[in-house]
Amino acid sequence: MPDIRRTVDAVWRIESARIVATLAKMTGDVGLAEDLAQEALVDALTQWPESGVPQNAGAWLTAVAKRKAIDGWRRRERLDERYRAIAHDLEEAGDDEWQPIDDDLLRLVFTACHPVLSREAQVALTLRVVGGLSTEEIARVLLVPVATLQQRIVRAKKTLSAAQVPFESPDPAEWRERLSAVLGVIYLIFTEGYAATSGDRWIRTELAHEALRLGRVLAGLLPREPEVHGLVALMEFQASRFAARVDPDGSPILLADQNRSRWNRAQIERGRAALRAADAVGRGRATYGLQAAIAECHATAGSVEVTDWQRIVLLYEALGRFAPSPVVELNRAVAVSMATGPANALRIVDRLDSDGALRGSHLLPSVRGELLAQLGRVDEAKSELLTAAGLTANERESAVLRAKAAAL
Amino acid sequence: MKYMLIMRANDEATAAYEETDFEQVLNAMGAYNESMMKAGVLLAGEGLTDAKEGFVVDFSAEKPIVTDGPYGETHELFNGFWIIEASSKEEAAEWAGRAPLGPGSKLEVRRVHDDSDFEEFADNEYVKKEASWREEQAARAQGN
Repeated sequence: MPDIRRTVDAVWRIESARIVATLAKMTGDVGLAEDLAQEALVDALTQWPESGVPQNAGAWLTAVAKRKAIDGWRRRERLDERYRAIAHDLEEAGDDEWQPIDDDLLRLVFTACHPVLSREAQVALTLRVVGGLSTEEIARVLLVPVATLQQRIVRAKKTLSAAQVPFESPDPAEWRERLSAVLGVIYLIFTEGYAATSGDRWIRTELAHEALRLGRVLAGLLPREPEVHGLVALMEFQASRFAARVDPDGSPILLADQNRSRWNRAQIERGRAALRAADAVGRGRATYGLQAAIAECHATAGSVEVTDWQRIVLLYEALGRFAPSPVVELNRAVAVSMATGPANALRIVDRLDSDGALRGSHLLPSVRGELLAQLGRVDEAKSELLTAAGLTANERESAVLRAKAAAL
Repeated sequence: MKYMLIMRANDEATAAYEETDFEQVLNAMGAYNESMMKAGVLLAGEGLTDAKEGFVVDFSAEKPIVTDGPYGETHELFNGFWIIEASSKEEAAEWAGRAPLGPGSKLEVRRVHDDSDFEEFADNEYVKKEASWREEQAARAQGN
């Protein structure tokens, strides 16, 4: 006999987003919907050990939660239209006939990432209502105290309610911006997990995998949106390097020094498939698709030397037109140095420098130092590398930069 | 965590399968696959052709021996697999339990190794090899 609590948790993880979406559609309130679904879950925990897990557990939980909604309204004597509609619905449909609607799940995703919420709140609510993670799980993977996370979710629900955010997908005028916010939340969840290199990295890997799962869910809901597939592709390529990007002590290993035989080939293939799905839509590549294409160049190259740097330069140029940023420009410079040598790259970096871009960041002086070293301008190179070492907050990185300067 | 759902069928299930309308099988499997895709958990999955087309490579002798057809006296054949991403053993069991399979069929569910399983083997020869390989790379980079 499996532990019932863990079985219920598993059912919850699979079904909860669709249950909450269905209830939110009926009540118009994501916070209330989530509370009702949680109450139904408590009922399940008390009843299922006796009765066994029902055949269609999602339908069971949804029906129980709907009854709770009606009971709540009855207590407050709010016997309005909504009540009548749901009561009618409950009488008409048996428990097993419930079929969740994809559109409701999509509305749920957009509501959890609504612009009235802060980024932190969007992340927490998305993991909670779309991902089906418990408050404790979210707190653990985000490395914040449970109480803090609990408060964040309560506040998020209250904010949605206070702002009277309708349970709707955005209209065409807002679509692009709102979709980009959803993609941003998912990618932020991914990078939170991906960036971890210390002892907690296995926990954080879970977070990155959760982001990938959310990305795939969204790709299923919006198959005609190339950027959703592009984001999934980008995450798959980056995640394929998990095993190779830190050494046994937890120090990060640069892309150039990673053992490529440890890159996950199956994951790279999934990334390529997602990129093909993005291209198949026929609307070209935008920021995620282009970043994924760059990641694909690395993922499919046997070594730094045989990497198609010319193509990477072109992709960075395209990315820079979509989303101009000094970081993209700096990355383009690195690619240019690999493709056509350090002199051309230095011109790009010097232009960034004279524009005052990335001031206070170690990125620009560390790249500039590398290029100067390659050009044999040793004194200037040393000075740039030491400047960079002084600017980075990461001690390991700082040590690497100082060692490089000393070795010149 | 990744889990592999390995489909196995005995003679009874194989006979039942051969009598079932193939379109019906396609629809049932299609719906099952779609539900896992929509949940974002399906990573891979393949069905295998008839075991008669297969062959066995046996390592009992000094030199591996190849024989045509299914494995020896086995009356339970592997027919296909899925790889899914699940947060717990119970979630994997829940998905496995939803597969459209009948009497005589079984799903063996096995967790796929991930990197954390090898963390304690930092002293392993190959892990060390990798470290020295990295040193070489670093030395080469400095020589450039």
